[in-house]
Parts: sequence; C-alpha cells; structure tokens
Amino acid sequence: MNNFVKVKERIYRWIFTALAFSSLLFLTGIILLLLKESLPLFKHVKFLDFVLGRSWYPTAPVPEWGILPLILASFLVTLGALFICVPLGVGSALYIHEIADEKQRMILKPMIEILASIPSVVYGFFGMVIAAPFLQKIFHLPTGLCALTASIILGIMAVPTVCSLAEDALSCVPNSFREASYAVGANRWQTLIFVVLPAAGSGVSTAIILGMSRAIGETMTVLMVAGGAAVIPQSLLEPVRPMTSTIAAEMGEAVMGSLHYNALFAIGLVLFTVTFIFNIVAEIVSKRFRLKLGLDR
Amino acid sequence: MEKYRGMLLSLVMALGLAIPAYAESIVVEGSTTVLPIAQRAAEEFMDKNSGADISVRGGGSGVGITSLIEGTCDIADSSRPIKDEELEKAIIRGKAPKANVIAMDGIAMIVNNSNIISELTKKQVKDIFTGKVSDWSDVGGSGGQIVVVSRDSASGTFEAFGELALDKAKVRKDALMQASNQAVVSVVSKTPGAIGYVGLAYLNGVKALKVDGVMPAKETVLSKQYKFSRPLFMYTNGKPQGLAKEFINFILSAAGKNLVDEEGFVSIQ
Repeated sequence: MNNFVKVKERIYRWIFTALAFSSLLFLTGIILLLLKESLPLFKHVKFLDFVLGRSWYPTAPVPEWGILPLILASFLVTLGALFICVPLGVGSALYIHEIADEKQRMILKPMIEILASIPSVVYGFFGMVIAAPFLQKIFHLPTGLCALTASIILGIMAVPTVCSLAEDALSCVPNSFREASYAVGANRWQTLIFVVLPAAGSGVSTAIILGMSRAIGETMTVLMVAGGAAVIPQSLLEPVRPMTSTIAAEMGEAVMGSLHYNALFAIGLVLFTVTFIFNIVAEIVSKRFRLKLGLDR
Repeated sequence: MEKYRGMLLSLVMALGLAIPAYAESIVVEGSTTVLPIAQRAAEEFMDKNSGADISVRGGGSGVGITSLIEGTCDIADSSRPIKDEELEKAIIRGKAPKANVIAMDGIAMIVNNSNIISELTKKQVKDIFTGKVSDWSDVGGSGGQIVVVSRDSASGTFEAFGELALDKAKVRKDALMQASNQAVVSVVSKTPGAIGYVGLAYLNGVKALKVDGVMPAKETVLSKQYKFSRPLFMYTNGKPQGLAKEFINFILSAAGKNLVDEEGFVSIQ
C-alpha cells in the first residue's frame, strides 16, 4: 500500500515536471523551426544585405530582400505607441494605486483589464473605420492609414500591460517610504513624484519595456491600419509596413519552401530576437529594482 | 491484456470501416478570389447530393497549391497558373497538377466615388502604379496626390495584375499593400485620392474605371476587349475523379454558371 502511494506520488511529480518543462520544449522547437526555415535564405542573400537592404520586392522577377524599411517601421510604430501607453498606463497605475479610493479602484481595475481582453482585430477595425478617417481629416493626409494611426491604436492596446505591471511595481514600494516622506512634511504630490515613483522606477521601466514588446509583436492591428507601404519611414504621417504585418499578409500566398517563404521566416527570426532582447532587458532591470528595494535579499 | 488486444483490434477494424464511409468527402482550398465561387457551389452541390461532403477553405493560391502537392487537399483554387517551382515540387512528390479553368475574372481599376476621373489608358495605369505619375492632375484629374493601393505581393491577383497591367514592372514602394480584395475596396472607398484594383465581384461602394475606353464587365471580359482579364483555376492531381470531378462539372454546368455569374464572376461560354 505504502509502495503504491509512493509510486503515485512519483507519477504526479513526473507529470508536473513534464508540464513545467513543456514550455521550454515549445520554445526550443520554435527557435529550431525559425532557424531551419530561415537559414536557406542566407545561402542566397547576405545577412547584412537582408537587414540593411532598402527594397522589399519578394516576388519581382529579380527579387530584392531588404527588410530595413520593415524593421524601421516596426520600431517607429512602437516608439509612437510609447508616447500613448506610458503616460496613460503609468498615470492610471499611479492613480489607481496611490490616490483612488476603494470604490473607484473596484471600477477602474476591471475596466482596464477588459481593455486587454478586446480582440486585436476589433482594435484594428476601430482604427480603420474611426481613427484613420478622423486623422486623415485633421491632418489633411492623402490617407489615414499611417504610422500615427497604428501608434495610437497600439498605444491604447498596450495600456493594460503597462498599467498592471506598473501597479505591481508600486505595490512593492514599502509603506515606510511614504510614511517617512510624509513625516518630513512632504505633501501627497511630492511623495508620489519624488519618492514613490523613483523607488518603483525600474519596476515601471520593466512595465514599459514589456509594453513595448507587446506593441512590436502585435500583428492584426498594424496589418489593418498601418497602410502597408514598404518604404523607409520619413514621418509618423506616412503609411508603413511593420515586420509582423508583412509575415501575416504574405505567408498565406508564399510558395512553401521558396526563398520568399524562407525570407518570411527570417523576418520572424529578427522579430523574435528583438522581443527576446526586450524581455531580457526587462528581466535585468526588474532584478535590479527588487534588489534596490531590498526584496531579494 | 488479451481483452485489450481484442478492443484494439475492433477499434482498428472500426476505423478501417469508417474510411470507405467518408470516401465521398473532398477538401477544396486556396485562392481567396475563387473562394466565393467554391463556397456557393459547394453549398448548392451538397444540397442536391446529400452523401457528398465538401469542405472549402481560403488561405491563398500558394497555400492551395502547396496543399495539393502535400496531398492535404483534393482541389486547389488558384487565381494564377501554377509556377514552375511548384510544378517541380509536385513532380518530385509524384503529383501531376492539372489545371481546370472554372471561370474568368476581370481586374477592375477602382477609385473613390468622389473622383472625377472615369477612364485611364493602360499606359497611365502603368505609370501610376510604377511611380512615374503621382498627381491626379497628370492623368486628367482634379489634382491631389494619388494614393496607390495594391494587393500583397504574394497574392495571385497581384501577380496577374503585374503581368497584365505592369508588364512585370515593380509596383512603387509607397503603395499601400492590402491583404484582401475587400481590404482594397474599403481603403479606396474611404480615401479620396486612392486608386486600386480588385476582381469584378468586389465593385461595391467604389467607382470602376474604363481602361483604354473599355468598361470592365462580363461581356468585355468574355470578348477579351477588356485588357485586364484572367482565368480562375481549380487544380486537381491528375484528371479530376470521383467527387472532385462531379463538383467541377457542376460548376461548369448551367446551374454552376448561374452561380458564377451571381457571385460577380464571368462564366465560361
């Protein structure tokens, strides 16, 4: 009997170990697949020509494989999105965590979380039908489908990520910090801006970086509102074509196993590397933050 | 253990029996342009033949042909002829893709309803899409920047347009590349200075232009007066057989031709 319990326990242990390691398996699988499918491209195209090339004509009689416009577009819309999601996200977190009373908090928190659960295609639709025509009118643009529209929508989409992570960071700031500040006569505003926010600083930075990695990986919305022109972006008011929407739009019709197919995987590899770096930076910054507050000792 | 073996055996037998029961099912996959025809035809066909099971999927011409080569679909819809590299792959895998033309389609040049232009020459179309001309006043319009809207560079419609209208020249870099016919229409309908191209089935809420004096329509596509017309294909592995054959024959029958016309395409006479 005792033996049976032991075996059972061991089996459960194995099951949960397997479950825990399954994501590692998926990650390795995805990396291997990306490498396997993208490497054939680099037999024909030099890596630097790929990343720094200025023309993306994958199906022309003499194809050109430069993804610099796509990379720059991805970064441009992400950077634009930061200007929306940082003030909104961090601001809401500050208000919810530091100022709002219990009642407001009970309304605001779920509201922001609902924002995260709206499907991205709905955001895209909203951008296409409402935001783009509106921006077209006020800026007198030839088309409203441009980097700015994409930035605004992506910014709104990243607000929940930034807000809830920033709120976590704020809740890690020990109350003694606030009490000490009030004790020396600082008012609420001063405490918030000069004590709490700096103390939560790297935690908030983590929130922002993860928000960025959310924005740069977003696909459906940018496919619908960014315009889709593979040019090197000169301003926020021009149509652009980020990496994600290129993959999404072209993968369906690319001939399997062709150079074009390989090139789309190579774009995926570049994109993965970028978000991977974002996440590592976020990890490092957040570790420093926890050390600073004396949480990891 | 003996008991389990019995169960396993009966399971295998049950599966074995189940396969012939589903013999009357085919998968149709591919071009989003051909999709409306395939879908309508499949519905009508299954209404009339209750034993038949036809599942229809989009995905794009390339996806359809790939699936045919891989053996995961029975009919590949395509809005372009099969490419040499695809044919080579098929031969390696022992497949023999056979083209079945099921309808014709015209690629219409469309502009916003507010645009005063009603006609362009083939050369003007090429100049606009390759970037030689960027202002409406250069082609007889009322001025303002031309916003070029195109299909994605991997789509069958893009390739057909590139061949028919641009003589394989490259589309200008700042063209807005859209992922579907519907997306092109919705961008053009909301953008005053836009010009785009779509299949005949999609001319809602936008203005179609005459090209070299000819309006894109069923008659002009059939008579080949309209320059930008192309065949639509359903590829099968070898000559179509069984349900696939019946299905394609249905599309080519009088009833099928009606459907093709109702969906806005041009049936073959």
